[in-house]
Amino acid sequence: MKRFARREGMATLLAITLARPAAGARPALSDAIHAHAGEREIREGRVTLDIPPLVENGNTVPLSVTVDSPMTETDFVRSIAVFNERNPQPNVITVQIGPRAGRAQVATRIRLATSQRLVAVAEMSDGSLWSGSAEVIVTLAACVEG
Amino acid sequence: MARVLLNVPRSAARGQVIEIRALIQHEMETGYRPGANGEVLPRDIIRHFVCRYGDEVIFQAALYPAIAANPFLSFTTVATETGTLTFHWSGDNGFAQTETRSITVT
Repeated sequence: MKRFARREGMATLLAITLARPAAGARPALSDAIHAHAGEREIREGRVTLDIPPLVENGNTVPLSVTVDSPMTETDFVRSIAVFNERNPQPNVITVQIGPRAGRAQVATRIRLATSQRLVAVAEMSDGSLWSGSAEVIVTLAACVEG
Repeated sequence: MARVLLNVPRSAARGQVIEIRALIQHEMETGYRPGANGEVLPRDIIRHFVCRYGDEVIFQAALYPAIAANPFLSFTTVATETGTLTFHWSGDNGFAQTETRSITVT
């Protein structure tokens, strides 16, 4: 009887361990992109992420996003959103630009918790969505755990 | 007042594409990091940045905890007229700061 109770206790413990989400409760990369884009189709191309493929320090990683667009009054980039795969939150940055930008290029510095994939989605003036991605290997993670 | 580094050309030719670089001193505390006492530090980040050329908004950004400390942004604009560029950062705990730079367009 005693043995049975212990086994039951073990089972409960196992259930608790399994019920806990593996990487914290954050939406998956695809869900985050879907929440941004809605039902619209996202095509691959026209967006280039410029980020070092091997990063030593995840606390500050230079990232530059360039979109292939003439940036005229009638054909321009409306917004660029960057998403990550394995940080505690999927969003990195969302920028709104317009024909007055001249060039569709934005640069910043970001944090990366671990090696992962980054995706940038650009919305054009005609409403079409284009995406590009980059893989990054991080040797020293941003201090999420401390 | 947080320290700010702004890189804006003083003068430009009309129609020229100019690059603007803006950096502001800020911890950008993520809200996921434990402090010295082991408790998770509350989030304290800059959430929004906007740049105006005269009265018109030319660039806006929503920032998340994935942006590194001392957030840096680089973007471009077409020099259209002599005027003022206004930069505004806002975020958690009532953080708000505005800076201006003038530009002469010939």
